[in-house]
Amino acid sequence: MVFKLIRKEFILELRRKSVIAGISLYLFSLIFICYFTFSLRQNSISPATWSALFWLTILFSVVNSVAKSFIGEKKGTFIYYYGVASPQAIILSKIIYNTVLCLLLSLGGYLLFSLFIDNPIQDHLLFVGSLFLASFGFAASLSLISGIASKANNSNILMAVLSFPVVIAILLMAINLTKNALDGIDRSASTDELLNLLAINCISTALAYLLFPYIWRS
Amino acid sequence: MKNWLKIVAVVLLIYVHTAGLLLDVPRLNILNETIRALYFHVPMWFGMVLLFLISVYHAIRYLRNPSIETDRKSVEYANIGLLFGILGIVTGMLWANYAWGTPWHGDPKQNGAAITLLVYLAYFVLRGSIENSEQRARLSAVYNIFAFAAMVPLIFIIPRLTSSMHPGSGGNPGFNMYDLDSSMRPVFYPAVIGWFLVGLWIVSIRVKVKELEEKILDLHDENK
Repeated sequence: MVFKLIRKEFILELRRKSVIAGISLYLFSLIFICYFTFSLRQNSISPATWSALFWLTILFSVVNSVAKSFIGEKKGTFIYYYGVASPQAIILSKIIYNTVLCLLLSLGGYLLFSLFIDNPIQDHLLFVGSLFLASFGFAASLSLISGIASKANNSNILMAVLSFPVVIAILLMAINLTKNALDGIDRSASTDELLNLLAINCISTALAYLLFPYIWRS
Repeated sequence: MKNWLKIVAVVLLIYVHTAGLLLDVPRLNILNETIRALYFHVPMWFGMVLLFLISVYHAIRYLRNPSIETDRKSVEYANIGLLFGILGIVTGMLWANYAWGTPWHGDPKQNGAAITLLVYLAYFVLRGSIENSEQRARLSAVYNIFAFAAMVPLIFIIPRLTSSMHPGSGGNPGFNMYDLDSSMRPVFYPAVIGWFLVGLWIVSIRVKVKELEEKILDLHDENK
């Protein structure tokens, strides 16, 4: 069931190309704004600013794209899902799909950043690894929050208010990892952060899995 | 809440205020007399975490077996926990003003505490923006549990990993190290218990007030 739902998400997403195009354009314009505001010269920003800009861009585009996993959908589709699938299968498929989406977004962001601004990363493998873990964490916690926010009135504002405090722990770990990857220091120095990020991911996935049925019921 | 508990709370806090301000404390550089903040600042955080924990417990109970009562309790515990958190951050800033030189130092512990308060403020925003009361109770219970789990790494794990000037984290000695002759314990533990009991007391009063308000509303509806 989970795989069928994931396939359905991908097919739907590829069919409505405007959404994908919208998200990519959003990311692209964010990065372009960063590029313009920090003057046009290369190498003019310090690695610390680079990592701050990068994670801010990723955070905003990820929150916006994951938000629509429940907020944008029509009432009728919800009722249809309710009839055919268990809530656990739905949340798992959403988490996996959103992980892929976030990973694509952050990899795309990384590519555009290195193209337009700079690429001061020294340890690429570690950086991509932390991108993957962070994407997974974002997807797990934001999917659940999007489910909560979709039931409320002003869901778009609420999405931001509810999600930012929750993802800060993930973001802090990811920024620490980025710092290590920027300096290119030995991998063993980053195992603590990697394990912590993994633990936070496990907790938020487990909680999303357990709590989602209660949101779904209404 | 039992009456004898209220008396215990009052007696303990009178004792804490007199003994905490008058008894001898360890003489230490920089800290000097500000070490007395331990009796008022730290119990706030103990109280906050315990009250939030009870709030989460009621949220879980609500999800297993929905009733207005557990929802009301869950909200009120979160409410007073938030109050304790705000008091904790204010007392911490007062202390930091003397010990660190500025009220807001950007210490990981301070940031973690501020984010925790943001999480619970978001909880109340969520409650405010859902009209259906049954749905409000269910969604806020879900967010409550999720937020508590997100809070744990912020205030218990991250400050211990990064460098922090806060006593008890980042390799700095906690109060066990300052308090070599254990002279602070006889005041500190009663302070924790006393403040926590006062928190429970406020919650019980607020829950009662809410119950009465709802009864009055029901009576109004019937008379219409």
